[in-house]
Amino acid sequence: MAILDVRDVCKDFGGLRALNRVNLTIREGAVHAIIGPNGAGKSTLLNCFVGRLTPDTGTVTFNGKSLLGIRPHEINQAGVARVFQTPEIFADLSLVENVTIPALAKRDGGFRMDLWSRVDTHADVRDHAEAVLEDVGLADKRHAHAGSLSRGDKRRLELAMCLVQDPKLLLLDEPTAGMSRADTNATIDLLQRIGERGITKIVIEHDMTVVFTLAHTISVMAQGTMIAEGTPEEIKSNPKVQEAYLGGAHP
Amino acid sequence: MSTATIGSPSDRSARSPTIAGSASNRADHVKFLIFAAAVLTMPIWLSPVGAAYPDLVQKFAIYGIFAIGFNILFGLTGYLSFGHAAFLGVGSYAAVWSFKLLTMNIVPAMLFGVLAGGVFALLIGYVSLRRSGIYFSILTLAFAQMSYNLAYSVLTPITNGETGLQLAHGDPRVLDGPAGAGLPSTNLFGVETVGYSGFYVCAVALILAYYLALRITRSPFGMTLRAIKSNQNRMNYTGFNTRPYTLAAFVISGMYAGLAGSLMAVVDPLAGAERMQWTASGEVVLMTILGGSGTLLGPVLGAGIIKYFENIFSAFNDQVLSRMFDFLPAGLGDLMVDLVQPFVGDGWHLTLGVLFMLIVIFLPGGVMEGVSRVAGRLRRVRSDRTG
Ligand SMILES: Nc1ncnc2c1ncn2[C@@H]1O[C@H](COP(=O)(O)OP(=O)(O)O)[C@@H](O)[C@H]1O
Ligand SMILES: [Mg+2]
Repeated sequence: MAILDVRDVCKDFGGLRALNRVNLTIREGAVHAIIGPNGAGKSTLLNCFVGRLTPDTGTVTFNGKSLLGIRPHEINQAGVARVFQTPEIFADLSLVENVTIPALAKRDGGFRMDLWSRVDTHADVRDHAEAVLEDVGLADKRHAHAGSLSRGDKRRLELAMCLVQDPKLLLLDEPTAGMSRADTNATIDLLQRIGERGITKIVIEHDMTVVFTLAHTISVMAQGTMIAEGTPEEIKSNPKVQEAYLGGAHP
Repeated sequence: MSTATIGSPSDRSARSPTIAGSASNRADHVKFLIFAAAVLTMPIWLSPVGAAYPDLVQKFAIYGIFAIGFNILFGLTGYLSFGHAAFLGVGSYAAVWSFKLLTMNIVPAMLFGVLAGGVFALLIGYVSLRRSGIYFSILTLAFAQMSYNLAYSVLTPITNGETGLQLAHGDPRVLDGPAGAGLPSTNLFGVETVGYSGFYVCAVALILAYYLALRITRSPFGMTLRAIKSNQNRMNYTGFNTRPYTLAAFVISGMYAGLAGSLMAVVDPLAGAERMQWTASGEVVLMTILGGSGTLLGPVLGAGIIKYFENIFSAFNDQVLSRMFDFLPAGLGDLMVDLVQPFVGDGWHLTLGVLFMLIVIFLPGGVMEGVSRVAGRLRRVRSDRTG
């Protein structure tokens, strides 16, 4: 069954056609990778899923409901979480707080006025947050300032912020960019582990090891257009892909 | 995404996670009790510095409340309002009207002050919060200036224009008995609230205001506000509808301002439009930053420091100055008077400006940063000795 269905989506920036009649179907439970050279329109496509951008034409349907014209927090409450290409975290807050906040949003909804109880008495969200920090390997830094983390750790933290919400659909925009080989492997392990929970994932990635290890299906984008889709084996041997991407722009 | 860079804790990142974010329940309560005791004994421990008289300690308490409320919007949520004096003024008018129409009892006056501040903040906040950053600040400034001008023109029947709203013999005061010969004074169920008893009313209000701010800071709501300040964009993609949160913060801080305004009327039952002027809005910004925005105690300290120095510096005039420099040879004495004169009396704002610049440059986290730096150094010295 399709959890996300994208039909004929176009998006122009001034004269530039960033998305050109994009079609995409994501199966529930799948790990779907989107690859393509820089500027292909991959991040722009994700922006159309989370309410940051509205497509000029076309439809985006999540679990049978249109996502167009719905505000970002409502899309998140419906079960879509995103890791951004540049980490979006709460730099002034501690790691525990960074993960507690999304857990609160999941438990209490988009708005709840509780200004009398102490946060640390909400054991359920606290424990959940601590457990997820443990999961991503940041437990020992849980009282540090998020702003003081390395780039790789910030990505891991942002991933924890999404995982704590137990989303139905997880969007990962280059989750290993800027990571060392060791960190990348740790992230692959982590994503494989959470894969067992059956969260549907869309992964944008340049690192082919990551893509070929994780993905069930790969879509290839170039200049705003989907040029190919298939299993990792099909994509590896597709001449169009090799020309546009594997052989060309990327080593 | 933070709209407030001044006083933001980025440069303290290596130390404790958040100034307002952690601390045990017990530590909070101990600090609160110390705070309450210090506030109630102000008339004692402030006497060595010549500040222990009702007019001044009342001001410390009232502006402390104003600044605590302002900090909930600015320090916690990151929205810099330049128009908060409007809510102060509205609170004063509401209180004086309560004195004129209903009763000289201060309880209804304070309730109406809080209510009026809150309702007015709801209206202005609803519009201003459609923007963030500098545009938000400009909108609040524009609304406050508009209110100030309206108070002098169209709204004269409510505000009594330039004369200001005052008590009069003909006031109905329907809940009080027939009036005596003179104008009545404010009271708390029969106990007159002038002089020190007026101060104790303000002091108790300050203590309650502080306690509420403490609860808010430690609550899920408070943590949400701090997260909005840190990264509002992330909050939206995390499932939070941030607008009602920012509006709630705005209204709460407006209610604090309304309370402060009503207390001004309690200790001196009149209200004038000058209370809404932009200089008054700017003052609370300075108080909060000077003391340490985002901290609980900082705004109160900032309010106290500014009101204390205002009191001292604005009292100086040419005669006082020439007496001060009497001991110098004539020419030199005159020179000193000429040099110092621009900084005192009406020129006290120049001193305030210099003080503010020094703080922002050397202690961006305000007085509270200074306190925690000193405390940190002491702790290090002590651990060096033992370890
Ligand atoms: N908000 C925007 N305004 C204008 N142009 C944009 C905007 N976002 C993306 N673009 C342009 O759209 C194209 C696709 O960008 P993007 O989706 O970020 O590519 P990718 O993520 O595949 O590297 C690029 O040429 C980029 O410059
Ligand atoms: Mg991108």
